[in-house]
Amino acid sequence: MIDITDLTIESASNLLSKKQMKAEELAKLFLARAEVLNKKLNCFITLTPDIAIDQAKRVDDFIAQGQKLNDLAGIPIALKDLFSTKGIKTTAASKVLENYVPVYDATVVSKLKDANTIFIGKTNHDAWGHGGSGENSDFGPSVNPYDQKRVPGGSSSGSAAALAATTCIAATGTDTGGSSRLPAAFCNVVGLKPTYGRVSRYGVIAMASSLDSIGHMTKTVYDNAVVLNVTAGHDEFDATSSAEKVPDYTDGIGRGVSGLKIGLPKEYFEKLDAKIKKVILDAAKKLESLGAKVTEVDLPNTQYGVATYYIIQPSEVSSNLARYDGVRFGNFRDSFGSEAKRRIILGTFTLSSGYYDAYYLKAMKVRRLIREDYLKAFKNVDCLICPVSPTLPFKIGEKVDDPLAMYLADIYTVNANLAGIPALAVPCGFIDDLPVGMQIVGPDFSEKLLYQIGYAYEQETKWYQQKPKI
Amino acid sequence: MNKYEPVIGLEVHIELSTRSKMFCQCSSDYFGKEPNTHTCPICLGLPGAMPKANSQAIEYTHMLGLALNCQIPLSSKFDRKNYFYPDLAKGFQISQYDLPFSQNGFLEIQIASEHTSGVSKDAARHTPEVGQARTKKIGITRAHLEEDTGKLNHATIDGRGVSLIDFNRSGVPLVEVVSEPEMNSSEEAKAYAQKLQQIVRYLKISDVDMEKGSMRIEPNVSLRKKGEKSLPNYKVELKNINSFRFAQAAIEYEIKRQAEILDSGKIPVQETRGWNEFKNQTVSQRSKEAAHDYRYFPEPDLPPFEFNKNYFVKLKKSIPELPDEKFKRFQDEYKLPPYEIEILTRGQKVANDFEEAVKIGNPLGVTPRQISIVMINKKPDMGPASIIKGIVSSLTIIKVATAEELHEIITEILAKHQKAVEDYKSGKENALSFLIGQVMRKAGSKLDVNSVKSMLQEKLRE
Ligand SMILES: [Zn+2]
Repeated sequence: MIDITDLTIESASNLLSKKQMKAEELAKLFLARAEVLNKKLNCFITLTPDIAIDQAKRVDDFIAQGQKLNDLAGIPIALKDLFSTKGIKTTAASKVLENYVPVYDATVVSKLKDANTIFIGKTNHDAWGHGGSGENSDFGPSVNPYDQKRVPGGSSSGSAAALAATTCIAATGTDTGGSSRLPAAFCNVVGLKPTYGRVSRYGVIAMASSLDSIGHMTKTVYDNAVVLNVTAGHDEFDATSSAEKVPDYTDGIGRGVSGLKIGLPKEYFEKLDAKIKKVILDAAKKLESLGAKVTEVDLPNTQYGVATYYIIQPSEVSSNLARYDGVRFGNFRDSFGSEAKRRIILGTFTLSSGYYDAYYLKAMKVRRLIREDYLKAFKNVDCLICPVSPTLPFKIGEKVDDPLAMYLADIYTVNANLAGIPALAVPCGFIDDLPVGMQIVGPDFSEKLLYQIGYAYEQETKWYQQKPKI
Repeated sequence: MNKYEPVIGLEVHIELSTRSKMFCQCSSDYFGKEPNTHTCPICLGLPGAMPKANSQAIEYTHMLGLALNCQIPLSSKFDRKNYFYPDLAKGFQISQYDLPFSQNGFLEIQIASEHTSGVSKDAARHTPEVGQARTKKIGITRAHLEEDTGKLNHATIDGRGVSLIDFNRSGVPLVEVVSEPEMNSSEEAKAYAQKLQQIVRYLKISDVDMEKGSMRIEPNVSLRKKGEKSLPNYKVELKNINSFRFAQAAIEYEIKRQAEILDSGKIPVQETRGWNEFKNQTVSQRSKEAAHDYRYFPEPDLPPFEFNKNYFVKLKKSIPELPDEKFKRFQDEYKLPPYEIEILTRGQKVANDFEEAVKIGNPLGVTPRQISIVMINKKPDMGPASIIKGIVSSLTIIKVATAEELHEIITEILAKHQKAVEDYKSGKENALSFLIGQVMRKAGSKLDVNSVKSMLQEKLRE
């Protein structure tokens, strides 16, 4: 008898292709587990058992016919409820869209369908992606499987919790200011924020269009690369998607880190909690012991990141949410939660005539400087290593009345979004039984390198094997 | 009333006749179609949908910019114009703010001389007078590209008043051409709008049909004391105008209304007024207090554009001869009166038919003027061949006494064109048409071509 909490994409795919288990059987195990654990974790807004069974049966037919299938075929995955799914309710975790059923699939959803993945359900998150804890969901917060009194991190809270609790083997997320990386770090899973334009945004409900990246979470680094192999690529429906060639991200993933130069941006460690700092520096030492060269680097404009982000992001949010006026679909505007209202008001103000130059335009200039900092640093090092979060997973309710404290949870993640560069959150240990994550940040389209480094570290540490007790 | 001078600017919206809409694949040919059948997630503004720019529409806008003598920036972008209206699918319109596809151009209108008398010297950038009309340059501030909105239909269903939204028009490419406030009469405004329509028709980028709404005119009107140079400190925008006639009537009404207010010592309110075609008057719609702050910012879903010089070289080649150039060429080549040229060059079809008829008629001795008169008086759209046939068959020998003169002319022509005579005798039939043409031209009066032909053949047999 297998323990499904041990499964990765790699091992599950092996089971299916060697016919040791049917896709339908696998799907049923995950559906049953999701059904039970969702009551504890509130990680799904919608479960889709009928669709999952249909998809699984089709995979079994393909296997019976002897067809060669993709690595993701038959893999149970969860989709953040910002991803439009044709015929499946897509709420954006907001009461405004509580009954909205899209007539089309997001590009990433079609790609995952074409890869024959199994849709377990749509996951909970901060409404519209607004938040760092998952508590801004209009359908109640998800909880952290490692400590059910604590938040799983946000905004992709349900995806991280669902994955850490093994109700799926992979989950999609979005990352506008850390929304995939932060929950990944809080839930001991691997979370990717790809290069802006690497993965199509088409059909994913927009938060802040110039910052939104479409990411995903997996238990291992290798699995993460397998998913990106499917989701990456140019999309004619997303004018901001890149035509840059998509490599095989798993190819050469085991090359190691010997000879690589890794930078530690000193601004990220100056005021960092001592315990977290030690965990991250231990990870750096581990990579050094594997042959990497670690040096300190400067990112002088780091401190302006959060302020810049909280001008640009609400500005775009205020415009993107304007269509939810209650005229054609969804509920009326008074159904917006307070965080969405806060951002609409903030963004409407910063774009107003007379204020635009002082806020939005200036923020865009600082944004360029932040990107230039990175480009300069990458002349001397191959990648950067830094913490994902300034704190450990915090208690539910701890910060809900203090939006500013909540915004500061993004302090180490937003700059990669402002710069448009990729970052991979990888588990790097525990403090008081709570997970800690580190980020590996690289230049544009360096996902392959990030995987290579993350994989080398993971092979040595295997933090993913420390499962939550639920 | 004569102590005021009207100051008029025009905003004209033109729907481009591209195959698909501005940002999606839906057909832009929406007129008269079943409501909401030309829609998709993009033009419905469904959550997650993203725009993809129609390059044909951008080319059309650039063509119009070039035709309007505009500067065309090498880099450009789209912006979001944020406002709420039920027919606006996304809660914002994708438009252009500070980097339009073209700006700072002009077009020329012909105006009657009498209107020039009161115009201050710097207001009009004169070119020399042509006959009784003179040419006036009207500055074009900008021509930018945006998307059209849906359409509201107010109806009664089950006894209940409802507003229905049809999104077929949502996302149709729309060019907005903004003029400088350099027109000083309703006639000038009308001439400007008609000239713009004519240029767009020449470019074949829109059907510019006012009734269908593919061309919409919004004049802004204010008055200043004659002799004053600065712009008035208010302006009134006029909407709901679906014909040139209404545009003129609305402006005339506004001029009178504002003059009365000014006469009473007050200043007209800055506002938007709609034309009511039943009452023949403008009616207040919205005052300045409710004016929008559109909170423009760069459209993050569409990367900015960089155009290269080769693109513009290619584009320039695709622009046909425009009305003004055609007018000048017709003057030089055909020596017709300006009034006739104006009619002949109003549309490309008539102009082309005319030139084709000239070509066919030339060897038959039919003059451009003869063709022009027939085309203008009878307005035949029967095609150049039949025009010439009509002219030729209606020609008769008017003066009986000319038979002898004709003999003389024929003898003279044959002597003068020995080569053609030899050609004819050696079997070259078209030498005969040449000779017929020479005789007809020399005779200078209306002759029956068949009589000339048989007479010539007779002579040549001698
Ligand atoms: Zn469409």
